Amino acid sequence: MAQESYETLDYDIIVIGAGGSGLRAAVEASQVPGLKVAVITKSLLGKAHTVMAEGGVAASFGNLDAPDGWQTHFYDTMRSGHFINNYRMAEIFAKEAPERVLELETWGAVFDRTKEGRIMQRPFGAHTFRRLCHIGDHTGLELIRTMQYKALHSGIDVFQEVTMTKLLVKDGRVAGAFGYFREDGRFVLFRARAIVLATGGWGKIFKVTSNSWESTGDGAALAFRAGADMMDMEMVQFHPTGMVWPPGVRGILVTEGVRGEGGLLRNSEGERFMKTYDPERMELSSRDVVARSIFKEVQAGRGSPHGGAWLDISHKGPEYVKAKLPGMYEQFLTLADLDITKEPFEVAPTCHYTMGGLRVDPETCATNIPGLFAAGEVACGLHGANRLGGNSLSDLLVFGRRAGLGAREYVSGAPDFAPADQAELEAEMDRVLEPFRRENGVNPYHVHEKLQEIMTNHAGIMRSGPVLEEGLNQLLELKEEARNMGINGSRIYNPGWHAVFDVENMLLLCEGIIRSALERKESRGAHWRTDYPDELPEWQTINFVESYDGEAIRIRTEAVNEMPEHLAKLFTYGKAPGLVQQSGGKES
Amino acid sequence: MSEEFTLRVWRGDKTGGEEVEYHVPAETGMVVLDALHHIQHNDAPDLAVRWNCKAAHCGSCGAEVNGQPKLLCKTRMDDYAGETISVKPMQTFPIIKDLVTDVSWNYQVAKEIPMLEPTGPAPFNMQQIDADRVQEFHRCIECFLCQDTCHVLRNHEGQRQYFGPRFMIKIAEFEMHPMDGADRVPLLAHEAGVNMCNVTKCCTEVCPQHIRITDNAIIPLKERVADRYYDPVKILLRRLSGKKNAATNTHTVS
Repeated sequence: MAQESYETLDYDIIVIGAGGSGLRAAVEASQVPGLKVAVITKSLLGKAHTVMAEGGVAASFGNLDAPDGWQTHFYDTMRSGHFINNYRMAEIFAKEAPERVLELETWGAVFDRTKEGRIMQRPFGAHTFRRLCHIGDHTGLELIRTMQYKALHSGIDVFQEVTMTKLLVKDGRVAGAFGYFREDGRFVLFRARAIVLATGGWGKIFKVTSNSWESTGDGAALAFRAGADMMDMEMVQFHPTGMVWPPGVRGILVTEGVRGEGGLLRNSEGERFMKTYDPERMELSSRDVVARSIFKEVQAGRGSPHGGAWLDISHKGPEYVKAKLPGMYEQFLTLADLDITKEPFEVAPTCHYTMGGLRVDPETCATNIPGLFAAGEVACGLHGANRLGGNSLSDLLVFGRRAGLGAREYVSGAPDFAPADQAELEAEMDRVLEPFRRENGVNPYHVHEKLQEIMTNHAGIMRSGPVLEEGLNQLLELKEEARNMGINGSRIYNPGWHAVFDVENMLLLCEGIIRSALERKESRGAHWRTDYPDELPEWQTINFVESYDGEAIRIRTEAVNEMPEHLAKLFTYGKAPGLVQQSGGKES
Repeated sequence: MSEEFTLRVWRGDKTGGEEVEYHVPAETGMVVLDALHHIQHNDAPDLAVRWNCKAAHCGSCGAEVNGQPKLLCKTRMDDYAGETISVKPMQTFPIIKDLVTDVSWNYQVAKEIPMLEPTGPAPFNMQQIDADRVQEFHRCIECFLCQDTCHVLRNHEGQRQYFGPRFMIKIAEFEMHPMDGADRVPLLAHEAGVNMCNVTKCCTEVCPQHIRITDNAIIPLKERVADRYYDPVKILLRRLSGKKNAATNTHTVS
């Protein structure tokens, strides 16, 4: 084999991933003059999955509901996470979210306004108050575009369409990352003194998903292999409302904003079935509850023609719907030949978000590998067993910034660049090129399809011990088969080649999900087990943490951090803190 | 609907290429990107096509379908029932491979545009009616189909003279922001080259987000440039002050 070469680029801090959290981290890291910062993305800039967030960014301004404040946002977040969240992350998050949103405004984001000229806030599932700042139903687009231009003007180098295949660790510290440029397949070594991972989730493990192709968990898998701890892997969120028909659009997100703006859910008998499952919050119950309710209605034979529920917003009138939900209107008109201002439409649960991820320090977003930081969906701890709508976008901003700060502070005391380990890199180049050499190799797309089928049938919205076990066996068999993935063609922009690594990453993470799901013998938040249907107090104090030694995944329990008294007190009033204030109660 | 669609997909790289025919089983509601995925998963795993969200939010999958700039994820196969569908990369940008082009020039241009310079601290006090004017421009998904179709960029090597429709919207977004204090008019008049646009509105026609690029962004920006540089009152003042033939002289010299 001809001698392979690679290019070496040195940066103090590299950020892998250019969604909301990656860009926010890079902007923060670049605030120190002289510090060299690069952002590396596997897509084009501005295309990351953040762009698909629709409904809004949650921050407790109280622009419409004055009693809102960080305490109530914290309370809602912990309650919806079923208390296995890291309380300190939730506290930091609730306190800092408003400031981060205002920052966006000064960088050019233009949110919808209230009559008084302030940022408009819409209601959303399980938020006590109207809290989601938004711009129509394309808030994610607004966030990423704003951050993208801010980053372009912050002296950050951006490398687009790069596949990262390995994180390098030297003397127990992070030393860089290795990969290749998709454009021509040439190898590149980024030597770095600190790395921020902002690579998002792994929603592509399911067939019906709202996630873009990017969500294959690359950063998580790379870090896992490098020795980083993963937590709460069993917690995968299914969004209640994905598109159902026609087949090609199945899974595409229908924003929770539809229900936020007054949309009603009905079964085939015309009944607002949410009254059976959550009569108080109805359509605006938390996502885990609504998704399960739709699932149960379909199972009971009360589903819509293509196996979902009916969602109806037509009573709000065409003008209102087109103004507040322009993307939804357009999406259904073009892709489903359906006018949502005139008729109800079918929706069903779709894989949406992975609450599990890299275990991080709440203050700095540091992982257990020195020099490696993580923020956004790839990290874990804020959302617990179920994420609230709108909390993801503020998560990106709050912890993106903190990860950037963490990395910045870390490099001020970190040693210089570690010399590259030539043998390690040669072995890696060899491994990465291996799929080209396999004659009659297995098609990576087909392995991906099988993986999605296994996860859908065995580890989806409804789980049980025996079915998970069977899924694990099938997954391990598939993992063997995947060792023989092969591709043809050249190294120039070859999606089949890229897919090989996506699939390897997903296989590893799926094993983590199933193993963790088997361990949690109860139902909590998004994790619903028919053999253990109840939420059990003894499991509320435990997080499952996984590590990987290159051979096997090891799983251990860690105690959920206990809340200090002043925070614990917020849960003793029998209602949200903001509502206590409202009714004249005392609040610390 | 027929049982099968026929597609002719351009395959190749910067050294050259050709259209290759593929057959794809038809499915209800299928879009062109679905058909390309079918080809990729079964016939040609190395077929290069950019895409991310498949929901018309990200603007990655711009290409030319039967000669028209389109988002592949939003273009229905049944719009072309009975026809052979030709899919080619955007022609304005250099080819990388198959349907993927090098759009990096756009990101270079983006750096040239000064950001919002707020005239006061956040939170801003802004009415919805003021927000409405600029929010239209915020719908842009940077698919660059407007850049692809703009004949200044496409046919006349205008990439040195004109930033293109996408960036006229971007400039308009800041220029018309009620809290902005920066002056981008000299940029528009010179480097950004707003006057290169001769208002044929092709960009507006291909915009998948239905942004009225020409009417709501380019024309008002042209007016700002005209007010600054070609205001007849100012020309009159110049003439009265004795520099009568200044304009004519300039022309004859050049």
